[in-house]
Amino acid sequence: MSDIVEKTLTALPGLFLQNQPGGGPAAAKASFSSRLGSLVRGITALTSKHEEEKLIQQELSSLKATVSAPTTTLKMMKECMVRLIYCEMLGYDASFGYIHAIKLAQQGNLLEKRVGYLAVSLFLHESHELLLLLVNTVVKDLQSTNLVEVCMALTVVSQIFPREMIPAVLPLIEDKLQHSKEIIRRKAVLALYKFHLIAPNQVQHIHIKFRKALCDRDVGVMAASLHIYLRMIKENSSGYKDLTGSFVTILKQVVGGKLPVDFNYHILLQVLQKYILLLYLTMILTISAIFIFLSLAILFECVHTVYSIYPKSELLEKAAKCIGKFVLSPKINLKYLGLKALTYVIQQDPTLALQHQMTIIECLDHPDPIIKRETLELLYRITNAQNVTVIVQKMLEYLHQSKEEYVIVNLVGKIADVLVLNTVDTYAPDNAWFIQTMNAVFSVGGDVMHPDIPNNFLRLLAEGFDDETEDQQLRLYAVQSYLTLLDMENVIYPQRFLQVMSWVLGEYSYLLDKETPAEVIAKLYRLLMNDSVSSETKTWLIAAVTKLTPQAHSSDTVERLIHEFTISLDTCMRQHAFELKHLHENVELMKSLLPVDRSCEDLAVDASLSFLDGFVAEGLSQGAAPYKPHHQRQEEKLSQEKVLNFEPYGLSFSSSGFTGRQSPAGISLGSDISGNSAETGLKETNSLKLEGIKKLWGKEGYLPKKESKTGDESGALPIPQESIMENVDQAITKKDQSQVLTQSKEEKEKQLLASSLFVGLGSESTVNLLGKADTVSHKFRRKSKVKEAKSGETTSTHNMTCSSFSSLSNVAYEDDYYLNTLHDRGDKELKTFSLNSELLDSESLTELPLVEKFSNCSLSTPSLFADNSMEIFHPPKSTAASVAKESSLASSFLEETTEYIHSNAMEICNNETISVSSYKIWKDDCLLMVWSVTNKSGLELKSANLEIFPAENFKVTEQPGCCLPVTEAESTRSFQYSVQIEKPFTEEILSGFISYHMMDTHSAQLEFSVNLSLLDFIRPLKISSEDFGKLWLSFANDVKQNVKMSESQAALPSALKTLQQKLRLHIIEIIGNEGLLACQLLPSIPCLLHCRVYADVLALWFRSSCSTLPDYLLYQCQKVMEGS
Amino acid sequence: MQFMLLFSRQGKLRLQKWYVPLSDKEKKKITRELVQTVLARKPKMCSFLEWRDLKIVYKRYASLYFCCAIEDQDNELITLEIIHRYVELLDKYFGSVCELDIIFNFEKAYFILDEFLLGGEVQETSKKNVLKAIEQADLLQEPWMHSVLRE
Repeated sequence: MSDIVEKTLTALPGLFLQNQPGGGPAAAKASFSSRLGSLVRGITALTSKHEEEKLIQQELSSLKATVSAPTTTLKMMKECMVRLIYCEMLGYDASFGYIHAIKLAQQGNLLEKRVGYLAVSLFLHESHELLLLLVNTVVKDLQSTNLVEVCMALTVVSQIFPREMIPAVLPLIEDKLQHSKEIIRRKAVLALYKFHLIAPNQVQHIHIKFRKALCDRDVGVMAASLHIYLRMIKENSSGYKDLTGSFVTILKQVVGGKLPVDFNYHILLQVLQKYILLLYLTMILTISAIFIFLSLAILFECVHTVYSIYPKSELLEKAAKCIGKFVLSPKINLKYLGLKALTYVIQQDPTLALQHQMTIIECLDHPDPIIKRETLELLYRITNAQNVTVIVQKMLEYLHQSKEEYVIVNLVGKIADVLVLNTVDTYAPDNAWFIQTMNAVFSVGGDVMHPDIPNNFLRLLAEGFDDETEDQQLRLYAVQSYLTLLDMENVIYPQRFLQVMSWVLGEYSYLLDKETPAEVIAKLYRLLMNDSVSSETKTWLIAAVTKLTPQAHSSDTVERLIHEFTISLDTCMRQHAFELKHLHENVELMKSLLPVDRSCEDLAVDASLSFLDGFVAEGLSQGAAPYKPHHQRQEEKLSQEKVLNFEPYGLSFSSSGFTGRQSPAGISLGSDISGNSAETGLKETNSLKLEGIKKLWGKEGYLPKKESKTGDESGALPIPQESIMENVDQAITKKDQSQVLTQSKEEKEKQLLASSLFVGLGSESTVNLLGKADTVSHKFRRKSKVKEAKSGETTSTHNMTCSSFSSLSNVAYEDDYYLNTLHDRGDKELKTFSLNSELLDSESLTELPLVEKFSNCSLSTPSLFADNSMEIFHPPKSTAASVAKESSLASSFLEETTEYIHSNAMEICNNETISVSSYKIWKDDCLLMVWSVTNKSGLELKSANLEIFPAENFKVTEQPGCCLPVTEAESTRSFQYSVQIEKPFTEEILSGFISYHMMDTHSAQLEFSVNLSLLDFIRPLKISSEDFGKLWLSFANDVKQNVKMSESQAALPSALKTLQQKLRLHIIEIIGNEGLLACQLLPSIPCLLHCRVYADVLALWFRSSCSTLPDYLLYQCQKVMEGS
Repeated sequence: MQFMLLFSRQGKLRLQKWYVPLSDKEKKKITRELVQTVLARKPKMCSFLEWRDLKIVYKRYASLYFCCAIEDQDNELITLEIIHRYVELLDKYFGSVCELDIIFNFEKAYFILDEFLLGGEVQETSKKNVLKAIEQADLLQEPWMHSVLRE
């Protein structure tokens, strides 16, 4: 249609001009329009892109001449700007005009200014340097008495404004909030919204004015302020609870038809999502009978809201009805949204999916890929062991059709999630299906898929499930299927897939009995010679060949391969080939090096390379220079002017035998890592290489050979391939059958598909359970607030007891008072503890980060109450008594432990009978976790038990002597556990549960979890500088890093002080610009730190006997140094 | 809203408004990809797209496609309504708008858009108010209006 119109218009160029509103002198208009018009027409007349480019370049150069000519009037400039904008829209660079746009905005009269501002807002972006030139103009226009000028300035400010210049205009814009014209107020509010987005700190002080805007008499201003509130509430939902009333009033007015702000329903709803009042929702849900977008949009938000708030049955029912309306709508957009809504709610309410199953099936075959994708997303959420085959098949079908990379990555991730990532409970029904599906995933997903997927897949294969024979079958099937795939001619597989194949073939080819390793090697060799295979994949392949070589009888291919690649130009390949060559010469060694099926065993690597000591000593005795690690060399280069000044502990260098030990931990793996660097550190390749190292040399020296246990397991494995094929994907067979059948059967087929898709979704299913669990937690949410409040009180009581402020324990429980006192208490607590530390005057105390830890724990309590206006809090009198009791108990308990520093008690879980709080005691030799269980009910608790889930990184032991057999009503008992660390980590969660019996024999369980940080296990290590020097040389693992210091701690002592306080490092000595520190990881892993300051850079150098500890500590140091 | 694009059935860009700072290169890439994707879709297909991590809402009016990118939590239907309302505004202003009006007076189209949406959020929901603001500014070309508008 436009073509025709366009033609008529070219014929009658002046015609459309008459349409223009606003009037104005026709002559000026014509001249302006004809210039742009002729440009536009010129472009549309052209046929090729090339011609267009030529024309535009011409136009641009003439424009360039015009704008820079001094004779150009502002009016002409305005026309030029319009043409420049047009050229830039077509994708050509018009940057020479930017400065002129700013000039135009500055100098022009209103009309020209308007175009100038428009050009600026289109040309420039927030961080463009020219924008600074605009600031003055904006300030001037904001002060103008002309409304339109002010409007223009506000408009440009809310679109682009440099963050650092906000203070220049902020007061002016604030003033505009009181302007008499609503349009100015509205724009000012939006400008402030923009500022809030880019620099929230700068507008903090005017939050109170936003409240005024919310209550503005003009609807537009009120609506604009909703944007700000939506954002702020998202960031801090509890801070604005008091505004709920206002929001509800607005909503009421909207619903009542008093306000025309139809659009802002959705914002309001999102705002109210946080503290929704059900009544109004019900009202809205019923009004929208008219089918316009707006009301439907609102409906959609309502449904979303209903499902995200505390569930209420009648609302859910209504929402379900609405979703039904959406899903069944013939309009495709609504259907899409219906599916989307279903996806949200399906985990809470799977029966809803059952209701609409036929629609979902139809959508699966919908011609629109977007609808299909949404349906798959929906199905993905309901995947379970029974319907996994069908769903995955549907996903694969979609995958084969789509070409967009983003979609592929997403979908492949989902399939893998169903099958592999979810290692605890894979849904795959049988081996053959699993491998074939993964093959399809790998071939389609190719090299764009997330690297975790192949890694996890291989791990799954290697680690297997519980059943060993089952695992072997899976592996065997994988090997067989890969061999078949490799036999196919002219098929190019993605590199990742080839890597997976080569690893599996290398590891598990021994399971085959038909094909000999030599044949497998031949196949791998063929791939190696293929040019389309990347060099990264080739290293995988050659690793596989290396693993297979000791099993092979004839070695022609291997020799050919060695011959071929020892002269390869790729150094990495050459290295591998040489390794293979040397190993190949000694088959016995090779066999012990590369045992069969050992990929899962952990390896202890002698990182200090102690086995080379002899070699190094020999070298040194022959006059070789001692080895210096890279960073040491660099450092020496840095301080070249004082070459002679060696390290402060340089003296003891001679005392130690050799300097070879200084080599950093990573060095033994160095060649490997650099060789395989492209392989992104895939565990498998590395482990292959490490295997070599381990079996040869261990800490004790040469290791005895291990017997390989080939054959034992491979006996029972062969399975006729046909029988496997029979299991493959029932859905395919189903489809084949149905093709023969008639049209009427198609319906049946769909129903069949439906039943296969929705199995396990009934009310008794696991999915439903999941939903229920969710609801339960919802139900508790509200109550828990009261509990938290109560525990907050116990917390403070604890504190009070230790400082004998016990008079406060019978505080009058009145709301206001409570709020105030709590704030006070927060402060007091801090004081108390510093007081404590003075009193006790124990050395260990002063070294620990007192204030910080406690403020963390205790300050959280007051914030709980800050938003407590909704709930009135009246604890029963008995609680007061219990608190008193409890405090006496706690104090007696604390007597024995106060000599150590400990954290504030924090409530970690509760229900209506008990509440559990925990705190940490940082003892010198361990971390003591104390859980105190308070029985809040009036009944006696029998046999309360606390159990900690086993955790990988900890050893948890119960401390005896602190448990009472029976917990009386309203009393507290404590459990003490000492926690030892097994392996360094940064942050871990320790979780467990408490189970108890009530008097009426009903038992219950309550789960909890506590965060533990590495710092909980770090203690100062007090040694002398001499010992430091000795230890330093004996440690092999070192890590070095430069950290930038903030200005506040630029001097070394203050930096070290920070480390001492926050990380509990012991400062041994400070020598000039260097410092020595030491700490230990419990139970007794020492770690030494050497610091040196250059300007504002702190060079940290860690050494430890543990290989990973330096890294973790370094991380903590960086965090501390950057954080402060 | 992250950005709004108007383009013709031939894939020619007619208007672009970016509410997030992006480099020119990125803008061009996004525009190219989106125009291709949207033009490839059939008329009966739904107006929403999931594209990268954004949601795209588009609608075709005669030969012109209006295309908006919104974030995940934004409502698609509201966006459709925004597009529709913008078209209505253009229609009222130009008097039965066609693509050519927008081509030859694109700066006017920008002015209207700026009065309607500001910084990616809806500024004014009332059509009447938007047009009033635009007309007021348009009238400024009459010199005598200057004195009238001064307070």
